[in-house]
Amino acid sequence: MFPASFEYHRASSVKEALAMLQQYGEDGKILAGGHSLIPMMKLRLAQPAHLVDIGGIRQLASIREEGGKVIIGGLVTHHAVERSDVVRAKLGMLSECAAVIGDTQVRNRGTIGGSLAHADPAADYPAAVLALDGEIKIEGTGGSRVVKADDFFIDLMTTAVQPGEVLTEVAFAPVASGAGFTYLKHRQPASGFAMVGVAALLTLDKKGNCDRVRVGITGLGAKPFRAKAVEAALLGKAPAPAIAAAAAHAADGIDPLSDIHASADFRAELARVYTRRALETAAARAKA
Amino acid sequence: MRLSLTINGERREDDIDPRTLLVHYLRDIAGLTGTHVGCETSLCGACTVHLNGHAVKSCTVLAVQAEGAEITTIEGLARGGQLHPLQEGFWEEHGLQCGYCTPGMIMAAADLLARNRNPTETQIREALEGNLCRCTGYQHIINAIQSAAAKMRTQKAA
Repeated sequence: MFPASFEYHRASSVKEALAMLQQYGEDGKILAGGHSLIPMMKLRLAQPAHLVDIGGIRQLASIREEGGKVIIGGLVTHHAVERSDVVRAKLGMLSECAAVIGDTQVRNRGTIGGSLAHADPAADYPAAVLALDGEIKIEGTGGSRVVKADDFFIDLMTTAVQPGEVLTEVAFAPVASGAGFTYLKHRQPASGFAMVGVAALLTLDKKGNCDRVRVGITGLGAKPFRAKAVEAALLGKAPAPAIAAAAAHAADGIDPLSDIHASADFRAELARVYTRRALETAAARAKA
Repeated sequence: MRLSLTINGERREDDIDPRTLLVHYLRDIAGLTGTHVGCETSLCGACTVHLNGHAVKSCTVLAVQAEGAEITTIEGLARGGQLHPLQEGFWEEHGLQCGYCTPGMIMAAADLLARNRNPTETQIREALEGNLCRCTGYQHIINAIQSAAAKMRTQKAA
């Protein structure tokens, strides 16, 4: 099983990659770690005529702190996110999420930029990036722009990244100290993908009421989303008595996916149960 | 296109079709058939090799992505005719039956032991989540890795 023929181009800078993408237009496709694209190419679900390999652009492979934010380059592997001291200290949920993507070998190759730009509806990262209010930087020949996670995911495998553009980095404000969070998923047992995955983050005020709630859900619908009805139902309330009722809204307004692994009804139920569990864990970890 | 890389310490250059997967390059062009082709869908781990020191599934890497890289395959573990402690462990603890998954298991275990000299059973099982074995039921594989880890700690201390 191997891909259809293509021409391979190695980009040494973002600028060069953008020029290549412009040259090849619709026939060009970006290759990062390849852990979403290569399987699709082997199945001939994708047959790009030109592959633009950005894997060698070193400056996209680093994690740095700048202007009070943690900035993760698009080429940073799941393994590197999981092991990063800065990410662990300031974006604990993201390292927790990275640690349960795929398996060891996949985490050694797969990249955060690739995962987000691919936007598989069952990918793990999107839930965490939504709950952490990530900001995604996209570069094109006309310059760069920043898209908030809320506006980034558009539909099944469709994001704000336009043809000819490259996702270069993701920026996050550090999680407030005392915040409780977790990423919890129901794994599809063969692939490890999330049948449903829930990223929950909450902070408590001095009285012990929720003053900030973020819930990102992946795997349920065609695109990952923030469960705003759940967030609203919990805001201003003490978590323990309110979580169960709030979590019941996890699938509100969503048309759940249905496949051989899980029916739509089962996925919706998984979303409600995992949202409750994730919020319970987050609340138990939060400090007023 | 031209590919140059280092495999098990030896530099190589070959002309390859860009769509060649690393596992096919290693087996069919470099002649290193110890790395196995299993599921071909990045699930089973039989094709696991090290790319710049990290375990990867070589069925999901294009050979051209390994330009300039250092690759270690199962053939590169033994030194001077002496089996690697993991190879000895799999032998002594009956860590294999049919042997199909073994090269991948050993390379995944080597990645783990490079990061963690003294893993718990749970940590070993987690590190092998990307490797499937249909014979052993895994317990003897765990035993083999624990035995190798103990041997490697003693060797380091000595």
